[in-house]
Amino acid sequence: MKNRLKVLRAERDWSQQDLAERLGVSRQSVNAIETGKYDPSLPLAFRIADLFEQPIEAIFLRD
Amino acid sequence: MLSKPKTAHGRYLVRLFGLMSLYLSLLFIAVRFLERPNAVTGPLAYILAFGPAVPVIGIFWAVARLIIEMKDEYQRLLLVRQTLVATGFALSLATGWGFLEQFSLAPHIPAYYWAVVWFAGLGVGAAFNRFTMGDSGGCI
Repeated sequence: MKNRLKVLRAERDWSQQDLAERLGVSRQSVNAIETGKYDPSLPLAFRIADLFEQPIEAIFLRD
Repeated sequence: MLSKPKTAHGRYLVRLFGLMSLYLSLLFIAVRFLERPNAVTGPLAYILAFGPAVPVIGIFWAVARLIIEMKDEYQRLLLVRQTLVATGFALSLATGWGFLEQFSLAPHIPAYYWAVVWFAGLGVGAAFNRFTMGDSGGCI
C-alpha cells in the first residue's frame, strides 16, 4: 500500500527516529512502512493518523 | 534484588540464560547418575533422562513469550517469519534425514539434535528476512 508518510514527516522536519519515538515503534518499523514493505495494523494506522491530524485515507492510498 | 527488565527482549534474555543454566545443571546430573556402573534405573532414570529436555522446551516457550510480549508489530512480524522459517528448515531436514537413515544412507542422529537445527534455522530465518524484507530483525 502506498502512503504519504515520508512527505508528512519531511514537512515537519522529523527524522525516521523522531517519528518512531512519537509513535512508540522502532525506526525500522517507520522505514518499512514508508518504503511500502510493511502495512501497519489498523491501531497503528490510527496512531499515525492522529499524530499527523489527518484521516487515514489521506495518509494511506490504495494501490 | 535485580529488577525485571523493561523490554521484551531483556526479559527473553533473562529467561534464556536461566534456562541455559538449568539445562547445564540437569545435563550434568543426568550424565552423573545415568552414565556410570550401577546407574539409576526405573522411573527415576526416566525423570533424570528427560530432565535436560525440559529447559530446551522452555526455550521454545521463551521465544513464544518474546513474540507475545513484543510491542513493535513490525519486529514481531519479522520474528514470526524467522521462527516459521526455522521450523520449516528443521522439519524438512529431519524428514529428509529420517528417510536417508531408513535406507541406511545416513548415520543415526539423536532426535534432540533437531532442536539444535531449529536454533540454526533461526539464522536461516534472519537471512530470509534480510533477503525478502531488507531487515533481518536482529538476533534472538
